[in-house]
Amino acid sequence: MKRIGLKIAILAIFASTVSSWAGESAAVRNCTWCHGTGAQGYTVAPRLAGQRPQYIMSEIRNFREHARNNPFSKQYMWGAVAALDPHTARDLANYFATIQPRPANDGDHTLASRGRTIYMDGIPEANIVSCYACHGPNAEGVRDIPRLGGLSYSYLKGRLEQWGQGYHSTPGSPMPMVATHLGPEEVEALTSYLSFVK
Amino acid sequence: MIGARSVEADSSGGRRGSRIVKATVLRLTLLTAALTAALPISAHAQERMAPARGGLEAKLEYCKTCHGLSGQGYLGYFPMPRLAGQQPEYIEAQLRAFIERRRTNPVMRNVAHVLSPSMITALAMHFRHLNPPPFGGAPRGSIATGKRIYEEGLPESNVPACSACHGTEGKGQNEIPRLAGQVYQYTVGQLSGWKSERGQGTAVDTSAIMAPTAHNLTRSQVEAVAAYVSSLQ
Repeated sequence: MKRIGLKIAILAIFASTVSSWAGESAAVRNCTWCHGTGAQGYTVAPRLAGQRPQYIMSEIRNFREHARNNPFSKQYMWGAVAALDPHTARDLANYFATIQPRPANDGDHTLASRGRTIYMDGIPEANIVSCYACHGPNAEGVRDIPRLGGLSYSYLKGRLEQWGQGYHSTPGSPMPMVATHLGPEEVEALTSYLSFVK
Repeated sequence: MIGARSVEADSSGGRRGSRIVKATVLRLTLLTAALTAALPISAHAQERMAPARGGLEAKLEYCKTCHGLSGQGYLGYFPMPRLAGQQPEYIEAQLRAFIERRRTNPVMRNVAHVLSPSMITALAMHFRHLNPPPFGGAPRGSIATGKRIYEEGLPESNVPACSACHGTEGKGQNEIPRLAGQVYQYTVGQLSGWKSERGQGTAVDTSAIMAPTAHNLTRSQVEAVAAYVSSLQ
């Protein structure tokens, strides 16, 4: 872990967008400790690289206000953002957004084309909405709607399942409604597809 | 908090499981990941699947997922129009236009083609009675200009007063849509791209009537009118 931290510190120093070196590289390191080298995601901690800055800021707010309440959020993120001032939160969000994201590629290849169909068209007969309408043609997200393309299969699957189980994130988000209509096979296919999107 | 408790209960099936959870959260993320894999996929996630997939309630929920939880509209990657308070005849006409590809939209074509005529009528009647406040978010600077165009038109540019057909309050009538409270970005998008968005197959589609008007409005005039109507309750 020390080595990873060091790498991040070096990476942060080379990132031209970071304005105040000492302060920000420490803040970045605090994030990448869990969110992985280059903020590419690490096990249950999602990739932050390439994520929409408005989304990152909105989630930091949701963690601070305890609106996003799944077990890992509660265990890790509530504490992690408690002392984060809005200025640093914005700088971090803008910094992570500029890092080129790499796809996790950890889904099931054989389900990807089925997943793409669900992503684009939904399943109108089953009242499953098109993901494309909000998350965009290449799952790139927009404003505070997150980029999903290339996030890890296991992270996306966990989020979709948690909404179905009654956990929350952004107040007023349609995602709990989306998730309750998705069956396990649809979740597998969608999240597999998304994990390969560049 | 309630949620967190219920997952521990789900995952344990006994004392041992919850001890594992407690021990693991104290360790590094790598170990917690291994445990996640062991958390059984909640059985009630599957039990809570929509009860009546073909029913009106389920379909309404489906519509509102994108069009706003109260039908007030929503901004996704694309702007989703407000349906609340919309004229039922207009909604029915547009859904038919999507099905018959007179109105081209990659998402709505799929949405509409599975709807039976009676479902379309039921949906349209439901949205007619919703009255949430406008979605908001339009620039406010040009509202006065928009109001003037809306009420008086632009005679020099062959733009009739919008109010002549859409009503002074923007409520519309029959197949003429309500504009009051419409999502700003949606109205801007429709008016600036009318020919490609709407009125395909003009002989059978009254929306073709808007083509010259939309064409004669400049971009800033479109924005002004869209801002004004978005502010109407």
